[in-house]
Amino acid sequence: MFLFKLLLKNAFRHKLRTLLTMVGLIVAISAFGLLRTIVDAWYAGVEGTSSTRLITRSAISLGYPLPVYYADRIKKIDGVTGVTWLNWFGGVYIDNRNFFARMAVDANSYFPLFPEFQISKEEQAAFMADRQGVILGRKTAQRFGWKVGDTIPLSGTIYPGNWTFNIRGIYTVKDARFDETLMLLHWSLIDESVKKRLGSLAANQVGLFMVGIKDPSKASVISQEIDTLFRNSVAETRTETEKAFQLGVVSMSKAILMAIRAVSFVVILIIMAVMANTMTMTARERLAEYATLKALGFSPGFVVKLLFGESMLIALIGGVVGIGMTFPLAKGFLLQTNNVFKVFEISQETMAFQAVAALIVGLIAAMWPAWKMSRIDIVQGLRHVA
Amino acid sequence: MTDQAAAREPVIRIEHLSKTYTRGGQPIPVLMDINLNVDRAEFVSLMGPSGSGKSTLLNLIAGIDHPTSGRILINGVDIATLGESSLADWRAANVGFIFQFYNLMPVLTAYENVELPLLLTNLSRKQRKAHVEACLAMVGLTERMDHYPNELSGGQQQRVAIARALVTDPTLIVADEPTGDLDRATGEEVLKLMDELHRDLGKTIVMVTHDPKAASRASRMIHLEKGVLVDDPGPGAH
Amino acid sequence: MRAIPLSYVMRNLWVRRVTTVLTAGGMSLVVFVFATVLMMSEGIKETMVATGQPDNVIVLRKGSGTEINSAILRTQASSLEALPGIATDSEGHRLLARETVVLNNLPKRDSEDTANVTMRGTTQIGLGIRPQVKLVQGRMFRPGTSEIIVGQAVAKGFANISLGSTLMMAGREWTIVGIFDAERSGFDSEIWADSDTVTQAFRRSVYSDIIFKLNTIEAFPAVAKAIADDPQLQLDVKLERRFYADQSEGMTRFITLLGLSLSVIFSIGAIVGAMITMFAAVASRIGEIGTLRALGFRKEAVLLAFLGEALGLALVGGLVGLAGASAMQSVNISTLNMATFSELAFRFKLTWVVSIETMAFALLMGFLGGFVPAWRAGQLSIIECLRQA
Repeated sequence: MFLFKLLLKNAFRHKLRTLLTMVGLIVAISAFGLLRTIVDAWYAGVEGTSSTRLITRSAISLGYPLPVYYADRIKKIDGVTGVTWLNWFGGVYIDNRNFFARMAVDANSYFPLFPEFQISKEEQAAFMADRQGVILGRKTAQRFGWKVGDTIPLSGTIYPGNWTFNIRGIYTVKDARFDETLMLLHWSLIDESVKKRLGSLAANQVGLFMVGIKDPSKASVISQEIDTLFRNSVAETRTETEKAFQLGVVSMSKAILMAIRAVSFVVILIIMAVMANTMTMTARERLAEYATLKALGFSPGFVVKLLFGESMLIALIGGVVGIGMTFPLAKGFLLQTNNVFKVFEISQETMAFQAVAALIVGLIAAMWPAWKMSRIDIVQGLRHVA
Repeated sequence: MTDQAAAREPVIRIEHLSKTYTRGGQPIPVLMDINLNVDRAEFVSLMGPSGSGKSTLLNLIAGIDHPTSGRILINGVDIATLGESSLADWRAANVGFIFQFYNLMPVLTAYENVELPLLLTNLSRKQRKAHVEACLAMVGLTERMDHYPNELSGGQQQRVAIARALVTDPTLIVADEPTGDLDRATGEEVLKLMDELHRDLGKTIVMVTHDPKAASRASRMIHLEKGVLVDDPGPGAH
Repeated sequence: MRAIPLSYVMRNLWVRRVTTVLTAGGMSLVVFVFATVLMMSEGIKETMVATGQPDNVIVLRKGSGTEINSAILRTQASSLEALPGIATDSEGHRLLARETVVLNNLPKRDSEDTANVTMRGTTQIGLGIRPQVKLVQGRMFRPGTSEIIVGQAVAKGFANISLGSTLMMAGREWTIVGIFDAERSGFDSEIWADSDTVTQAFRRSVYSDIIFKLNTIEAFPAVAKAIADDPQLQLDVKLERRFYADQSEGMTRFITLLGLSLSVIFSIGAIVGAMITMFAAVASRIGEIGTLRALGFRKEAVLLAFLGEALGLALVGGLVGLAGASAMQSVNISTLNMATFSELAFRFKLTWVVSIETMAFALLMGFLGGFVPAWRAGQLSIIECLRQA
């Protein structure tokens, strides 16, 4: 206890310097946490997936459509519990900054396959009854202040024209990793518009199929069966688990993610340099004291312990506050990026990493000065006028 | 005033000088109603026990502290009325400092340390060089001019400080315990040097010391005790 | 006012080398991040701007935003061809190309990942009106065949790309007959093939975009008006440069926002480091400060000397950071362009403006870190300084 009190007092002898060092630590640790959270958010889509769903898309690329009649054939495969599909609607709400995902789904088959959507029976029925109806995620509804009954005007990009949709229901989710920002509209509505505009040959196209399976361990087998079914046909398919699909999307931004990860370590290096500087200065000032302690009979190890202890104490306090500061920082960042991230949560793992980073900084910062101080010549040290 | 009369005007004329510090709301008087004159080319030593106010008096004469009341006229200028910037300029032109711990810049060579006060003047580099070299020669350190303070002994450092104090040809030189950090022999040398400068160059020197041997070098010894003059032989007493 | 000599300032940095290195080191890391982000923006901009001739016009379906989303009917294409203001070549051919743009998911060279590559079905004229695109290996594809030419970035970044090899796309084999250099523009990340072949292979009945060259750039407003006035043509008309600039806007903005906010946050750490160092410098030289002021140097001179020291630290940190960032110029980077959903290769570009902005940022950090300690240095009374020496 004496040691702890001593450390605390020593740390605050030079209040200004210690406070400044802590500010630096707080900023660095919270920035580190923010960066990790950004990377996590990018991968969030990967986490909110189910092992009992597969995604079937065109083998050519993601933008390429598949014929809707494939659904019937996929359904017949052994182990498949259900098939649904969606088309990316796109569109613009006023301008590009108001982005949220908008997808045209086959309502009948979609919801059974996605139990994650929590919506009241009445609202779901209202949606089914209105072809211009949409179901909206709670986060998006909150963002724009929309309620059930409001209309959303969109100007189409992939499906041209001016569209008006009626909010028939607002869904919530239980698992925080699942997307609560989507707008779901009726596939039949957009398919009809394509038929009118380009003729029936261009219609009946879907963007993706989602396939439900009973047994997750059969995922690979069933995926291959589906792809084999359509090999050498008009539109070849590529089927993979929902998780693999999301990973594929994320990996296209891999370079940026790696850069962000690298940068998060840079910030730790910066604060390490700052703290090492602080501890070196501290050690230099206390040269005479340390020499005195040694002369009095304290072992060199004691001096080392003092320095490390002080450094770790500063790091601990700075680290804890830094972890706390990550929360408002993350919130601010999310707002600035116009909610482009659907999920933005600071994970427990991140906080653990932050704590470890703080402790490592405290450790390494004291290393060189502690080593130097343990070796000081008593006489030299006592003579030293700091 | 004729030249002769001017020469007889005191360089330093102190009238009713008082200095009081405030600590924790309480006024602490350090100097009380000091009246003192110092003539040109006098070598004066201020003596007294610890707390007598001798260092404070020296600081006031040197223009690095402000009196609470009274006048300090140096060559006719009442420095107590000067503002901070003017005082800085005044010091640069009129005062040479010698400190107990030499107070040299560790990162500058002996030459550069001596040159420092000249940087506050309008002299060209060539002119400065001439002055610096002359002063270093006077204190006998020409061969060491490119050395840093940590390469010089205590005595040598003090001699560099003396050269620095001379280099602008100031009106007066103030010295605060100039031999305080030196051993007897070296201290003797330094005092001898100061003596020579006093006699050969006619410098006015005010020195604070508690070493009686050092004080005896001066032409006049002034004693202070508890902020008042207790013994002042007056100018021309030696 | 006379200043304290520069040698005093600089040598003090040298004398406390360890501290100087640590403090300047921290700053250099922040500067590195700052400069790299700016260089990334410049690189993206360069790619986007280079992707466009000043007198080319690109036409898309109204509101589609990108070529991938766009669809232009044959009848509309014919109407466009009849417009006045389109340049012609020496043989009287209109310099206009009908293009079909699709995405292909291909495996990358250095990893197991795949990425979307833009495939542009175009014509000889389409190649001609983009003079920055030059074949460096092989030859142009023959019309009506499944021959393709690929951009440099595609050749570098994706697997199985070399002259003579084939790629499997949309159920047929395409042979690589040429590699082109598009001067670091977006086209370097594309595969080009015959327009009709692509339209057929990907079962399109519509085109993605029409691109043509203007007679003179002044003709643009008239052409744009002619298209706007025609109710059959619900089309967006843009100068090619403007079109590509708009496409990169979102990505550039995101990277710049992320990078700059990070730099600001990091700079707090560096400024704190500088402040700590400068406070210590002042504290350890308090006797010197007193002496200098006693000798006659004004407190502003003291302020400037210590500020100079802080700026000296920043200068070193800035130069080292900039040098490090400059080394990034040899790194090739490619990532997903959110707007087009395809991969875009670009480089880190160091310009004079970036260098100046970077050094200014470094010096600003030094100033912010050094000002308060430097100001405090001048505030103490001379007596206090000499006493604490």
